[in-house]
Amino acid sequence: MNKKWLFSGFLLSFVLLLGGCEPVTVLDPKGPQAALLKDVIMISIWTMLFVVIVVFALLIYILVKYRSTKTASDYRPPIIKGNIWVEITTIGIPVLIIVFLSFVSVQSTYQAENVPEGYKDQEPMVIYASSSNWKWHFSYPEQDIETLNYLYIPTDRPIEFRLYSFDAISSFWIPQLGGQKYAMTGMLTTLNLAASEEAEMWGRNSNFSGEGFAEQTFNVNAVSQGEFEEWVDEVQETAEPLDEETFDELLEPGHLGQKTFSGTHLEFDPAPEEHGSHDEMNHDEMNEEDTNHSDH
Amino acid sequence: MEFFEQFAVPNPTPTIYLSMVAIGLTLIAVLAGITYFKKWGYLWREWLTTVDHKRIGIMYLISALLMLFRGGVDALMMRAQTSRPGNELLSAAEYNEIFTTHGVVMIFFMAMAFITALMNFAVPLQIGARDVAYPRLNALSFWLYFMGAMLFNISFVIGGSPSSGWTSYFPLAGNQLSEHVGTNYYMIALQIAGLGTLITGINFIVTIFKMRAKGMTLMKMPLFTWSALITNLLIVFAFPVLTVALAMGTMDRLFGTHFFTIDNGGMAMLWANFFWVWGHPEVYILVLPAFGIYSEVISTFSKRNLYGYTSMVVAIVVISTLAFLVWVHHFFTMGQGAFVNSIFSITTMAIAIPTGIKIFNWLFTMWKGKIQFTVPMLYSIGFIPIFTIGGVTGVMLGIASADYQYHNTMFLVAHFHLVIIPGVVFAMIAGMTYWSAENVRVYA
Repeated sequence: MNKKWLFSGFLLSFVLLLGGCEPVTVLDPKGPQAALLKDVIMISIWTMLFVVIVVFALLIYILVKYRSTKTASDYRPPIIKGNIWVEITTIGIPVLIIVFLSFVSVQSTYQAENVPEGYKDQEPMVIYASSSNWKWHFSYPEQDIETLNYLYIPTDRPIEFRLYSFDAISSFWIPQLGGQKYAMTGMLTTLNLAASEEAEMWGRNSNFSGEGFAEQTFNVNAVSQGEFEEWVDEVQETAEPLDEETFDELLEPGHLGQKTFSGTHLEFDPAPEEHGSHDEMNHDEMNEEDTNHSDH
Repeated sequence: MEFFEQFAVPNPTPTIYLSMVAIGLTLIAVLAGITYFKKWGYLWREWLTTVDHKRIGIMYLISALLMLFRGGVDALMMRAQTSRPGNELLSAAEYNEIFTTHGVVMIFFMAMAFITALMNFAVPLQIGARDVAYPRLNALSFWLYFMGAMLFNISFVIGGSPSSGWTSYFPLAGNQLSEHVGTNYYMIALQIAGLGTLITGINFIVTIFKMRAKGMTLMKMPLFTWSALITNLLIVFAFPVLTVALAMGTMDRLFGTHFFTIDNGGMAMLWANFFWVWGHPEVYILVLPAFGIYSEVISTFSKRNLYGYTSMVVAIVVISTLAFLVWVHHFFTMGQGAFVNSIFSITTMAIAIPTGIKIFNWLFTMWKGKIQFTVPMLYSIGFIPIFTIGGVTGVMLGIASADYQYHNTMFLVAHFHLVIIPGVVFAMIAGMTYWSAENVRVYA
């Protein structure tokens, strides 16, 4: 009796403790890439649940049926070396599962790396997201705007994030829009995302980068096309222009909250070359820039 | 003087100073105790200078249990810190040191020592050899490991512990972003201990190939010896990569080279690749001996022969080969594109097939058996469901696109703890009790 109470108390504690958890943002997508990844995750969970149930059921059945206290004292277990059909089944079914998941993985990886389906007819909007300890700098070359630690993006338009870092390897991640990708020094990585509905979301650097890492987060506002243009006009009118001196101050390690500027740092401190496409000459140029930069 | 100043603790707190005092007092107490009980001669003759594989095994075991305690206390401190939001128990700098130390201590100084302990203890006995092939090198291995471990552990009171994670990714671990000497301890202590591991690897390969009793062909070897053989082959192939990476990292930090630096042509991705070319085989180095122990324990206490001996051996060999073909899955998000990620996604998930065969073979070994619930058997039975969950989450993480969402999250942390705790810690405790007197006690 006592044990039963203990057990139900144990179960109840789960309800009470886990009730406080926020909904998992990965499973609440606001864009096509996150929706795709949610589907992949759910497919893999159901497939794997089948494996877990088979193993658990077999284990429980065997433990209950063949425990020594349940068998006769003169029972002598047989010698069973193996059975070809059993082995074909225990290899064959996992092979089929892995082949199926491989198809899912390859197909969805190609989709997640490219401009999302249904958005391919539009020209993507380019935003440079660069990380410095422990901030995100967002440069909008098209709109000639730069923000710190927050993003405004229009809905229903593909967005091409070009990522790089000024110091530690960081990982740019907006869970409700899609997967993450590393921002690194000396090269550019590209992440294709899009928002399908208006929403306020959070994003963060998910890659450990030292003391201030936990607070390297940013806000994302997905707004309608019209509202986005209004915001751009407002920033152009009201925001301070970004000059080299101000930007170098921004790069100092620390937390700075949200800031808005007109003009981008790309004009005086250009982004590195695309990942994989840098040849020897570009490399030398880049190094020169880096050396100049550290002289300031 | 300037040289010594860099060994000041970078974030001094009362707890660190108390630890210094505690370490000093413990050391004095141990030395005084040995002197009082007149055990210096005994200690020197029977333990410190021994080349006996069983004694060396026991010294590895004691060190591993000590390191399990150290890493475990680190884990408790981390859990205390994250138990509620905005907790001020630990500062960010302290937390980073503790979580780095937890990872390094548990992998290098606890898990590696534990598997080496049981290999030392059991392998020569299982193959009927008097000792390992090179007993003196074996003692050297242990002392290299032990000194590496001590050097690493002393860092938190002299100079500060490394704080850039157990993977020590550059440029975070470089001089520019990790100024204090902590990461130097990481580079040098792991180099010393790693050398010991490499020597162990060669020693055991020779022992198993050349010193088996007459008539014991390879396919008659006990499963634990098989797993030890494959593990040591993995060590010999994987550890040199770590040796080179650590040497390059050390040169970056101490001698001003630019292998992984931010500027002057440094390539931080190279560290990540080197680290995981070693790091992924490393997890199989840890888990294969565990598979061997479970094969022994489950068959013994089910009173049955091991089901599918040949397929168990083939599975270990296939796993060890695939272990070298999956390292990119640790950074699917580094931007190498859909094609490369697809290949490594498939090789990663393929590992589930030989591993699945092993799980089913253990289940079929218990089938029609007469299962006795002894201590090692309880650990083995606990291993199967927990490891299965660890395994299926591994397949989920192996789907490259989904990994873009899982990467760097607690889902990943949960996955590898669900694999490593039943796959290494449970197995080692099972092995420890199995090869000691504890196995006679039967529960239920």
